[in-house]
Amino acid sequence: MEAKNFKARVGLEIHQQLNVGRKLFCNCPIMEYDEAEYRILRYLRPTQSELGEVDPAVMFEFRKNKANIYIYNSRASCLVECDEEPPHPINMDAVKAAITVALALGSKIVEELHVMRKIVIDGSNTTGFQRTVLVAIDGALKADGIEVPVQTISVEEDAARLVEERDDAKVFSLDRLGVPLIEISLAPIEADPKTVERVALALGRLLRLTGFAARGLGTIRQDINISIEGFPPCEVKGVQKLDLIPKVIEYEMMRQYHLYNVATLLKEKGLDPDSSVGEYVDVTGLFERTSSKVVRSALDGGKRVYGIRLKGFSGLFKMEPYPSVRLGLELADMARAYGLGGIIHSDELPAYGISLEDVERIRAYLSAGESDAFVLILAGERDYDALLALRHRMLQFFEGPVPETRGPTGDGRTRYSRPRPGAARMYPETDIPLIKVTKELIEECRKFVPKPWNEVLKDYMQKYGLNEKLANQVLDSVYLSLFERVCSTTKLSPILVAVILTEHLVNISREGLDVSVLDEERLLELFQLLDSGKLSKESVIDILKCMCSERISAGDCVKRLGLKPISEEELAKIVYETVSSNRALVESLKERSFGPLMGMLMEKVRGKADGGKVSRLLRDEIAKILQGT
Amino acid sequence: MEKLDGYSGALKRLLEENNVRAGDVIKVITAEREYVGTVIPRYEYASQDFLTLKLLNGYNIGIRFDKILLITLIEKHSPPSFKSTPPESKSESLPHAVIVSTGGTIASRVDYRTGGVRPALSASDLLSVVPELAEIAKVDAEVLFSIYSENMTQSNWTILAKKLHEYVSKGYEGVVVTHGTDTMGYTAAALSFALKNTPIPIVLVGSQRSSDRPSSDASSNLISAMRASIEAPFSGVYVLMHGWVSDERMEMHLGTKVRKMHTSRRDAFKSINTKPAAVYENGRIRVLLDNLPKRRPPSYFEIFPNFDDRVALIKFYPNMDPEIFSYLYERGYRGIVLEGFGLGHVSSKVIPVLKKMIRDGMFVFMTSQCIFGRVRLTVYDTGRDLLEAGVIPLEDMLPETAFVKLSWCLGNFEEDRVLDTMKANIAYEYSSRTVLGEGECFGG
Repeated sequence: MEAKNFKARVGLEIHQQLNVGRKLFCNCPIMEYDEAEYRILRYLRPTQSELGEVDPAVMFEFRKNKANIYIYNSRASCLVECDEEPPHPINMDAVKAAITVALALGSKIVEELHVMRKIVIDGSNTTGFQRTVLVAIDGALKADGIEVPVQTISVEEDAARLVEERDDAKVFSLDRLGVPLIEISLAPIEADPKTVERVALALGRLLRLTGFAARGLGTIRQDINISIEGFPPCEVKGVQKLDLIPKVIEYEMMRQYHLYNVATLLKEKGLDPDSSVGEYVDVTGLFERTSSKVVRSALDGGKRVYGIRLKGFSGLFKMEPYPSVRLGLELADMARAYGLGGIIHSDELPAYGISLEDVERIRAYLSAGESDAFVLILAGERDYDALLALRHRMLQFFEGPVPETRGPTGDGRTRYSRPRPGAARMYPETDIPLIKVTKELIEECRKFVPKPWNEVLKDYMQKYGLNEKLANQVLDSVYLSLFERVCSTTKLSPILVAVILTEHLVNISREGLDVSVLDEERLLELFQLLDSGKLSKESVIDILKCMCSERISAGDCVKRLGLKPISEEELAKIVYETVSSNRALVESLKERSFGPLMGMLMEKVRGKADGGKVSRLLRDEIAKILQGT
Repeated sequence: MEKLDGYSGALKRLLEENNVRAGDVIKVITAEREYVGTVIPRYEYASQDFLTLKLLNGYNIGIRFDKILLITLIEKHSPPSFKSTPPESKSESLPHAVIVSTGGTIASRVDYRTGGVRPALSASDLLSVVPELAEIAKVDAEVLFSIYSENMTQSNWTILAKKLHEYVSKGYEGVVVTHGTDTMGYTAAALSFALKNTPIPIVLVGSQRSSDRPSSDASSNLISAMRASIEAPFSGVYVLMHGWVSDERMEMHLGTKVRKMHTSRRDAFKSINTKPAAVYENGRIRVLLDNLPKRRPPSYFEIFPNFDDRVALIKFYPNMDPEIFSYLYERGYRGIVLEGFGLGHVSSKVIPVLKKMIRDGMFVFMTSQCIFGRVRLTVYDTGRDLLEAGVIPLEDMLPETAFVKLSWCLGNFEEDRVLDTMKANIAYEYSSRTVLGEGECFGG
């Protein structure tokens, strides 16, 4: 069976930052600001729970026993984020946002809200837990002709931003901690990857139409649960861009399918995990005079080389049925997550300065025959847990896909990040009183429930004279409110404004320029220059590029590029002179001389004069000459 | 079986009729939907018309009683069996230590099934939650009181002082008292006066973040307090808490010079008008104060455990009614510690009342509501009038420490010794010099 024919079940969980003025449990503003005023060092201890309940994800973090360092700046954070002051009352605007979304999705709203503490011990929360409150359950999202059931809608605080992962500590910035998020969990559905992307788009659009959603990169994150039939799901956490969703799903399907195939193959070979996967053997002695730089530097750093034999695995590690789907990568990703440099497997040897003779000696030492594989791991004394986890993973190659938490890479691949957490460990946040959801509150929220996207789209097309594509782009854009502001305060054509704010900016960012430096005020200045005729629309792209690369205002860019528009008289003069000095060309080509002459003229006045005006003047001049002859 | 705490009236009856107790898993049917979850006790102040249910996904929700059509019991609660697995003591040669708890929870477990927080109270329980303790000492534990520290009284101080005297006299080499932080400074001062010539440092410790959260300062404070009590090269009564908001530096404060200076920060406790006695950093102690009492043989150890509760600590405010003082006198109060303005002033119209009370046998002392610095009644007329009226200034003694000390003087000594004892430096409550750089309180 081909991976494409394999049915995957996909569950989406969307986290959207809410644009509600202040953080969820304090009065700090929502802003990115990570200049360190203070650095706070903390350790987290897992709180003891009932007998026998050891959460694998919690232990994964605790065993690493890393310190957490929090970057604090008083502009973006207060004592609440430092876990030095009890939380303030909940930001009711965030609750209203969730109720509004719940009404739009036909969900049942919880009558009395209980803020909970969900244990998160990776350091991203200074408290060791994330505050979260369930606001509604059930409901359905209608998208693309299908109905996706909603499981839960909750409001929670965003985590601190990881800025650096050092050997001894994780460094977080506190600015993002406590930013209100709405979390919407959709039930898993059997659908092709493209449909899932459209479901996510529809949900994102609904959130944006409520007016409560923050806009911009990183303000929406999706977690995706993916499983192939008969196997438990893997969760890919933190996919930020919509177009990555289908890639991530396809990659996961292929990866899981490959793991399924490997397990089937091992079974067919009559192998079983316990006799196939050997024990670790310290093979450091074989590398005493190694010419491998990788091994040498590890040994110099006090590490040792551990070898492990896998019976019947020869060739399996490098087998790559789909791009970047290999067993070798499974282990390498995991080793990296545990803080190990990496692994070397026999399928890739000789390489890295390890010779064929070395390989033979290792094989002999590990009693690994031709049909067997071996894995070398460079590890120190403190890496015992990592070694155990890696061996455990090798044993799991006999099971097919196993549940784990993974993260997306920029190109749509996924990589291991940690074990799947057990059932959520939650207990009440007793510092926050219970919140009664009154009829009045629900009625207030009903006013915010947006019209369906299609109706909003139609209204928009009508109001601004935009075509469907442009209207969609504007409504999806982070510059929606700027678009409306420009259209209401200038005489500029809404189409021009829409093209600049969506297509031009997208093109510029595709060229690698950072358009995130263009805030609303700076863009507004550009439109005002355009509106007052101090800038021609032909030069907008150059000005935008200059604004991005030089980080200066639109006005300064105009000066820098010398793009001051030329006056009507001056333009007429230039046209007249150009045509006069090319009289012969006009006489021989007649009307067809327009093309080459226009080219010459635009060369001279590009960015300083409106193309339409130039062409009108040129036609007049050509006509004059032709009439004259 | 757990009680239906916080439920009353018709809802409680409905639960009881269905044989449902807190912790049981039930199915609730409303007109809209079915819910399955665990019944959770309600807080006393929460509205009574709601049932709290912990859903299978871990969230608690409140369901309106009048929406409930039917309740059915699915599974009876079986209380989680906490298994205490205290680590084996490293060696018989470790010192013997005791943790005396007065209330609150320095260590606890969370039952994530019901969300309940259970304190770890017995020694073995404590050790299984804070296993590091077993590497420092053979630890015994006693729960002396289970009260909030705001409810501590003079008689609690007496019982605690006697208990600590008993443990130290038995030869315990480490003695740690866990205490709620609100009045830990008062208790520390009380013990500083009640226990004379302690052979070892007795260390009071608390936490500013409750022990049920992973970020709690309870364990790290407790571990450091235990080390300090066993290792510190001096004796006396001290408070040990975080030195800053990082988990890096602990500070040990003299029991008579320490004050809670912040409502919520981990480093709320500060030494006032002096440096901390010592700091603990990277497991190393660094002594900052000279002339601290050395560890001494137990033969000098004495106890003066009594406190008189007819003492008031009064913060003066503008235009304060003099009748308030007369009332205290009529109620039989024997002493008053005033927190005056600035250098130690109160409005002139009160002075005649104070003068009369002092003449009639009331002890009146002056401290400053500035907290930092020293009172001086010789600078302005009002101060000189107060001196003339018989008010005794207490230099740089903390108002709270002065209050405790007066209560202790009146509890243990004849009246003719009270003034001399109040003026004597018994437990480092006075510093003879105030130097620059000690006023800073919070910051980097």
